[in-house]
Amino acid sequence: MSPLLAISDLSVTFVTERGQVQALDGVSLSLNAGETLAVVGESGSGKSVTALSILGLLGDSGSVSNGSIEFDGEDLTKVSVQRLREIRGNQIAFIFQEPMSSLNPVLTIGTQVAEPIWLHHKKSWSEAFEQAGELLQRVAIPDAVKRLEDYPHQFSGGMRQRVMIAMALACQPKLIIADEPTTALDVTVQAQILSLLKNLTKEANSSLILITHDLGVVARYADKVAVMYGGRVVETAYATELYKNPQHPYTEGLMASIPKLDGDPGSTLYTIEGQPPDLSNLPSGCSFNPRCPHAQDKCTMTKPTLAEVAPNHKRACFGYER
Amino acid sequence: MQAFIIRRLLAVIPTLLFTSVIVFASIRLIPGDVVDLMLAQNDISTGTDRAVIEAALGLDKPIYEQYFIWVANALQGDFGYSLWQNTPVAEQLAVTLPITFELGFLALIVALTVAIPIGIYSAMKQDTPGDYITRSFSLLMLAIPSFWLGTLVMVFPSVWWRWAPPLQYTPFFEDPLGNLAHMLVPAVLLGLSLSAVTMRMTRTMMLEVLRQDYIRTARAKGLHENLIIFRHALRNCLIPVVTLIGLQAPLLIGGAVILEQIFVVPGMGLMLLEAVFQRDYPVVTGVFLIVGVSILLINLMVDLTYGFLDPKVRH
Ligand SMILES: Nc1ncnc2c1ncn2[C@@H]1O[C@H](COP(=O)(O)OP(=O)(O)OP(=O)(O)O)[C@@H](O)[C@H]1O
Ligand code: SF4
Ligand SMILES: [Mg+2]
Repeated sequence: MSPLLAISDLSVTFVTERGQVQALDGVSLSLNAGETLAVVGESGSGKSVTALSILGLLGDSGSVSNGSIEFDGEDLTKVSVQRLREIRGNQIAFIFQEPMSSLNPVLTIGTQVAEPIWLHHKKSWSEAFEQAGELLQRVAIPDAVKRLEDYPHQFSGGMRQRVMIAMALACQPKLIIADEPTTALDVTVQAQILSLLKNLTKEANSSLILITHDLGVVARYADKVAVMYGGRVVETAYATELYKNPQHPYTEGLMASIPKLDGDPGSTLYTIEGQPPDLSNLPSGCSFNPRCPHAQDKCTMTKPTLAEVAPNHKRACFGYER
Repeated sequence: MQAFIIRRLLAVIPTLLFTSVIVFASIRLIPGDVVDLMLAQNDISTGTDRAVIEAALGLDKPIYEQYFIWVANALQGDFGYSLWQNTPVAEQLAVTLPITFELGFLALIVALTVAIPIGIYSAMKQDTPGDYITRSFSLLMLAIPSFWLGTLVMVFPSVWWRWAPPLQYTPFFEDPLGNLAHMLVPAVLLGLSLSAVTMRMTRTMMLEVLRQDYIRTARAKGLHENLIIFRHALRNCLIPVVTLIGLQAPLLIGGAVILEQIFVVPGMGLMLLEAVFQRDYPVVTGVFLIVGVSILLINLMVDLTYGFLDPKVRH
């Protein structure tokens, strides 16, 4: 079976006032239908840029300089804008990090949830509204139908993120991309939202890309994991495999910094030494080398490529003795 | 909503009182008072006594007493009598106010139909030649005073093409086309000068709105750029633009005063100008009071428009 989404060797460059920034450098990922892929990594590692480039939403300053994004048999880096619009919201839907600012303040919730149905399924507004009401029910918004007429400011952050989920599910997309959907929310609602998202995508048999900082989330919700560092994927594997057998020093560092429920409450958490890399001034060779406890001479000279170390388990590292 | 309007209207009273004091005092502070002017026009040798005139016009009383009498009368809708024509100020205002209002309204329509589409266009084509051209045009409109443009329009077409803008006023209800033909040129000039700032504001706000997260959400839904602009961005962008229009209301009226003079439109502006030259105190104070009330009403309308545009205000 060919994967639903296969990103190969994707590079993205932004033109900024201070010159060009290469935000992604040869990112490769793949995802089968119905699977959940978690993308983890520090702030600035390129998770959002990867996600936005799938839908061609990089804006005026960003562009794909190399690589391909195969989705359901089409290379999204090559298709027309018109074709991209047909795919956006219809086959691939996006849930953004900021529920407070991602909904339009002057349009009713009903209009915003019904809009993709009206647009892609060519339904009348009243039919689309009816479906929007059902969607709000599915994301467990109390009094769903009544609330169609309400505006975003009348909803709490958690409720707005439910609205965003409803909107994403509207056209039964094949792929949903959720970019840190719970980072902006209270800890108490984070788990609810994630379970809801996971259950509904499973019901719809959609694939899910879940971007997160939190490796704890990954363990519970993801089938596959891609770990990003400095605009590259440094390790990718099935979640269970990755937890049992992390192969990249950066992944190991991330694992060691997860608080453990059964751990000694007095023990201090491990943190990875040093700063995330500056993309406009990456260290030569493996960009993790200044922070890597296992760095060797060749790590500062050549870039390691993503290579299989076990079936379905790849890493970008020259290897080291533990 | 009703309570909101009533509260707003009540809040306006102190402002109006304050304005009236300033206007009342300042017109009397201009050098050369009305009695001097009257004495100069009538032959002094007839021996008319200064004190007699002052008493006849009610100007012999202390100024604060004059003020309180005026306020007491104004509250009953009586703005006194013109010192020169001896006609009620309120009657004159009833004739001139609608004319100025028409001019202002036409100018506003011109301003909005020019400024908003061009502002949006300019934002959508940011940093293209089209954007530069419209921005330079708006800078030009901002820099050129409308009285100067008005004078040019009066002078040059007649020299070049032997055409001059019509200067004959006819009331709208007698001859709507004739009336509009006369009002059109000053309304366009006034509207253009008003459109400059509005256009820049629309462009800036549109660019700002297009950077917002909810616009990215709209793009991620697959909407066409036109729908994004008109359904998702425009209303958000108009909220501050409407405020700006409210703030420009005094400018609109100020501009009308001058253009009425150039194009001989018998509105409040012409009435005011004549009254100032003649130091016709009750007329000047009356006009200013009406201008003040109009500006406050315009701002009230702006607030009501807000409620329509911004659901946060409505609830
Ligand atoms: N619009 C942009 N213009 C210029 N550079 C950008 C832009 N967007 C992203 N970048 C660059 O790409 C890098 C990666 O950004 P990205 O948003 O993908 O990080 P992230 O992994 O999603 O981080 P976070 O966890 O903070 O969301 C940033 O550090 C920045 O340098
Ligand atoms: S390649 Fe070298 S520096 Fe990079 S992670 Fe592996 S061991 Fe560390
Ligand atoms: Mg991000």
